[in-house]
Amino acid sequence: MTSTRSRAPRPLAGGLLAGSGAAAATIGLLLAAAVLVPVLNLAVAADSPVHMPTWVVSLVGKYLTFALLALSVDLIWGFCGILSLGHGAFFALGGYAIGMHLMREIGGRGVYGNPLLPDFMVFLNWSELPWYWHGFDSFPFALLMVVLVPGLLAFVFGWFAFRSRVTGVYFSIISQALTFALMLAFFRNDMGFGGNNGLTDFKDVLGFDLQDDRTRAALFALTAVVLAAAYFCCRLIILSRLGKVLVAVRDAESRVRFLGYRVEYYKLFVFVFSAMLAGIAGALYVPQVGIINPSEFAPANSIEIVIWVAIGGRGTLHGAILGAILVNYLKTWFTGAIPELWLFALGGLFIAVTLLLPTGIVGLAEHLRRRRPPATGDETPHLARETAP
Amino acid sequence: MSTAAVHARPEKHDTILYLDGVSVSFDGFKALNRLSLYIVAGELRAIIGPNGAGKTTMMDVVTGKTRPDAGEVFFNGGIDLTRLDEARIANLGIGRKFQKPTVFDNHTVLDNLELAIAGDRGVFASLFFRLSGEQRDRIDAVLHTISLTADSGRLAGSLSHGQKQWLEIGMLLIQDPVLLLIDEPAAGMTDAETEATAVLLKEIVKDHSVVVVEHDMAFVRSLGCPVTVLHEGHVLASGTLDAVQANQQVIEVYLGR
Amino acid sequence: MASVGTAPVSPRGPLVRPLVVAVLCLLLALLVVRPVGAQEAAADLDPLVRQLADRDFAAKITAVEALGATGDTRAVPVLDAMLTGRLAVRSADGRLVITESRGSVLLLTDPLSGAEVGEADKSAVDFIAVNNRLRGVLRGTLGGLTLLSPDAGRRREAADAVFRTRDSALLPLLERAAAREHDAGVKSRMDRALAALRALAAPDPAQRIAAVTALRNLADPEVRSLLATIAAADTDANVREAAATAQRHVEQRLALWGVLGNVFQGVSLGSVLLLAAVGLAITFGVMGVINMAHGEMVMLGAYTTYVVQDLFRTYAPGAFDFSVLVAIPSAFLVTALIGILIERSIIRFLYGRPLETLLATWGLSLVLQQAVRSIFGPSNREVGNPSWMSGALDLGVLTLTYNRIWIIVFSIAVFAALMLLIRASGFGLQMRAVTQNRRMAAAMGIRTGRVDALTFGLGSGIAGMAGVALSQIDNVSPNLGQSYIIDSFMVVVFGGVGNLWGTLVGALTLGLANKFLEPYAGAVLAKILILVAIILFIQKRPRGLFALRGRAVET
Repeated sequence: MTSTRSRAPRPLAGGLLAGSGAAAATIGLLLAAAVLVPVLNLAVAADSPVHMPTWVVSLVGKYLTFALLALSVDLIWGFCGILSLGHGAFFALGGYAIGMHLMREIGGRGVYGNPLLPDFMVFLNWSELPWYWHGFDSFPFALLMVVLVPGLLAFVFGWFAFRSRVTGVYFSIISQALTFALMLAFFRNDMGFGGNNGLTDFKDVLGFDLQDDRTRAALFALTAVVLAAAYFCCRLIILSRLGKVLVAVRDAESRVRFLGYRVEYYKLFVFVFSAMLAGIAGALYVPQVGIINPSEFAPANSIEIVIWVAIGGRGTLHGAILGAILVNYLKTWFTGAIPELWLFALGGLFIAVTLLLPTGIVGLAEHLRRRRPPATGDETPHLARETAP
Repeated sequence: MSTAAVHARPEKHDTILYLDGVSVSFDGFKALNRLSLYIVAGELRAIIGPNGAGKTTMMDVVTGKTRPDAGEVFFNGGIDLTRLDEARIANLGIGRKFQKPTVFDNHTVLDNLELAIAGDRGVFASLFFRLSGEQRDRIDAVLHTISLTADSGRLAGSLSHGQKQWLEIGMLLIQDPVLLLIDEPAAGMTDAETEATAVLLKEIVKDHSVVVVEHDMAFVRSLGCPVTVLHEGHVLASGTLDAVQANQQVIEVYLGR
Repeated sequence: MASVGTAPVSPRGPLVRPLVVAVLCLLLALLVVRPVGAQEAAADLDPLVRQLADRDFAAKITAVEALGATGDTRAVPVLDAMLTGRLAVRSADGRLVITESRGSVLLLTDPLSGAEVGEADKSAVDFIAVNNRLRGVLRGTLGGLTLLSPDAGRRREAADAVFRTRDSALLPLLERAAAREHDAGVKSRMDRALAALRALAAPDPAQRIAAVTALRNLADPEVRSLLATIAAADTDANVREAAATAQRHVEQRLALWGVLGNVFQGVSLGSVLLLAAVGLAITFGVMGVINMAHGEMVMLGAYTTYVVQDLFRTYAPGAFDFSVLVAIPSAFLVTALIGILIERSIIRFLYGRPLETLLATWGLSLVLQQAVRSIFGPSNREVGNPSWMSGALDLGVLTLTYNRIWIIVFSIAVFAALMLLIRASGFGLQMRAVTQNRRMAAAMGIRTGRVDALTFGLGSGIAGMAGVALSQIDNVSPNLGQSYIIDSFMVVVFGGVGNLWGTLVGALTLGLANKFLEPYAGAVLAKILILVAIILFIQKRPRGLFALRGRAVET
């Protein structure tokens, strides 16, 4: 006999139900930043108190690419319950795709002056360009690869994993193994991606000097606009019936199957879409920071993304954006002021958020706004649930 | 439905559900042991049995969650269910209600029904899905049937236990299945709710075939349908409730040992 | 001829060399007939030594070979100095000396007597030039001379050096040495060299075939290349054929030894993985908790070893050999206590939410790493091997280091003890009950919270003991745990949850697969291949090799 089950609704879907106010505010803020930041950087005199130096523009631009990455993780983890510990891999692959284009753009201006081969290949005594480097001289081709390569990897990986119903921590662990394997592979010189130095010393993109303030401001504006667009797309998905199916999969996967939905296709769709978003984030990241190397594949990076989302508020798209910006601002501050304490702070955040703030900042804010006790119910149902007859 | 129909082995093409010699074992434990069970169209059948008799495993086999080690499982006369997965089987028209009420806690009652409503289950169809007026009417009708019209905007997680059971039955109904498998619908319900559930099931059986697994004998009695007793993975007895309750073997299984 | 030290170094005339060679031949004849008599030959060493300073390399080589033929071990320091570039002529008086660096100046000694003859600036001496061919001759000759050394180790090295020279001129000396040899180990090395020289240079093809056949049972890469040379270059077809057959034989034996070597390496890695993963398997199996800080427990165990050893070095340096034995229970206690603390303060609030546990324990691992970095510093800490764990067991081709052997023994012992604990103790019974049906166990009066805490403590404690083992073969640094955690996860995922045999099989399989792939693919690619293989494997069996089946494990 089953007694009353204590599975109270987690307030995770709060963001879903929250009116379009938060969405409008997020998009509005991002578009405003896309205009304002370049103006404050380029049109305001350098000695003015509201002038924004270029390094700040690039730093905030970097935060926004992380926000896009967090958005992609939130879409699968927050809404579909798939905890990927390998999403940094898709980010890095997108970054490598654009990095390869930027390397080809250097052309004969490299240290060795080889018009075709990037410097590291000349250094390794390679005589010709590997086949997979062909085509990257074309910008549209590189853009295509930015979404296609992560998308394809996610498709193949997801196809195998979801079809075999690899779920929960098992999925997390093998996705971590995936990014770990890729990291090892990209560290190898003979892979042809620059080994542990990665790809760097980029000169320009589409003929615009990457060191130029205007290029940097434009990259920032582009990032903000892309983030706003991605946010909008994610919201469309979440509000559609597809989004409802995803949340249903998160909460009661087998029920969804018995309703006749092919859960694996839904997971595959959202996983591939999310990987593509991560790839785009990587492609926006690389020209702004000027380097991509295999350490971006490190499993630790991928886990860090998850904590951005958790802090902002899992299952709320704007929470993911907020969390990414906040944690990365903290990181910048800590590593400048008290670097030896950063890992304590980050580790503490992981623990504190999971223990004390399971709904993140956005959840906390909503809770305070509604001024009523949260519907937490029994938050510690034991695993024994699985062993019920 | 006569008792004779329960005992006889009908032709495969006459049945809506046909299980023959089905065995399933988990690590040496035989959950189903050459189980044979036949349900004909429009039938309401109650299945009872002590814990571990194989009732839930039987449902798992029919709905594609568990693959049998041996035996045949056919739906609607000729469709081999052992080759299909849960989604395909569900789309063929077999609906299942779990033992624990399983609804989508973070969705409203309305959304729960919307997710269950019959239609294209494809990913892209879902992305561009909009409820038609006809479908709204159907949802309203089901909401009325399960007495949740007033609660349609509430999160399913905030419903009472009995309401969740009904919502789940409502989700089955709106799927418009041919065969419903219902696992312990009265579990954890008040007497009044149990009674209402029995009425609801009898209403449903007018145009569906239904298999109900239940422990509550009063509930089974109120259904007034043929009963099959499972024990250790196979059928121990079949017939009216009175007949099986008088069966010596059944009494031993329930009371003795 | 004049005595050493006064005569100018000038034996350069065309007449001198044939004369010397004649003397040498005579000498050699004497040596072969009679046991070595160093004193009798002493006077004759001097001119040969002086000839080493000849400008002409051919003359030097003749002199070296002649010195070798004397069998006089006093020539060893001279030849050794020549080989290492320390033999020189003092510019002032043309005297041949052995030089030794003493800060900015050179200490000069007499080549034969070893007496000090003064100091000189580096610019005041002319070093005697050697080329590659001469170096080869020097090595062989030194080998030949030390064949008669009283030290068995040196004789053994000498036999191997002679083998490598492939110089048949050393054959008589070698034969004499082999006849006198008592040490079986050294004798076998000498026999190898003898067979090699005979196979190369015996005048009668039948003798060469016999020698080649004698070599066929040696699993030795050097023998293989020697046989390959003979199979290609001997003038007699039968010898070539015999050599080719013998070469194949040697190759088969080598392959067999290679497999054995890989098995040992693989089992060794597997036992390390087992130690690291078995604690993880317990916490995952019993509590459904993925402990990302498990690697840090291993790391803390290694640092406990460091601290224990430090205390031993300070307070009881004589008992250092026991430090590891003390470190094992210390590491277990330290990490088990930390584990219980973690369970009570963090994990117990997160049961039923495995993904959240994963994140919280990851955060914990960052904190622990940084804490150790702050306390002990970011660099590697030196952890020593006790004497009984240093060195290696030499099986001819194969060398098994004692520390790895002990770790295999240790991990088997830990695994057996754990099995016993789970199967035979009351706590084990409670643990199994909680694994199978938590709610029912609680209803039976088992304090599941206490079982959880102790289980987590047990898992962490085993990780700590794994840290002691790892400290013996790996660098002890704050990142130690990180390098094992992913592999440990792979073991658990591959082996399946809830069954320790699965962990054992998983660890050994992964260890062996790694070591068998490495020779073909390289270490990094082997690792990648295995990760990919496991990712594919888990598609086929999402719950691992030894997964529990049935309703109980499905959600």
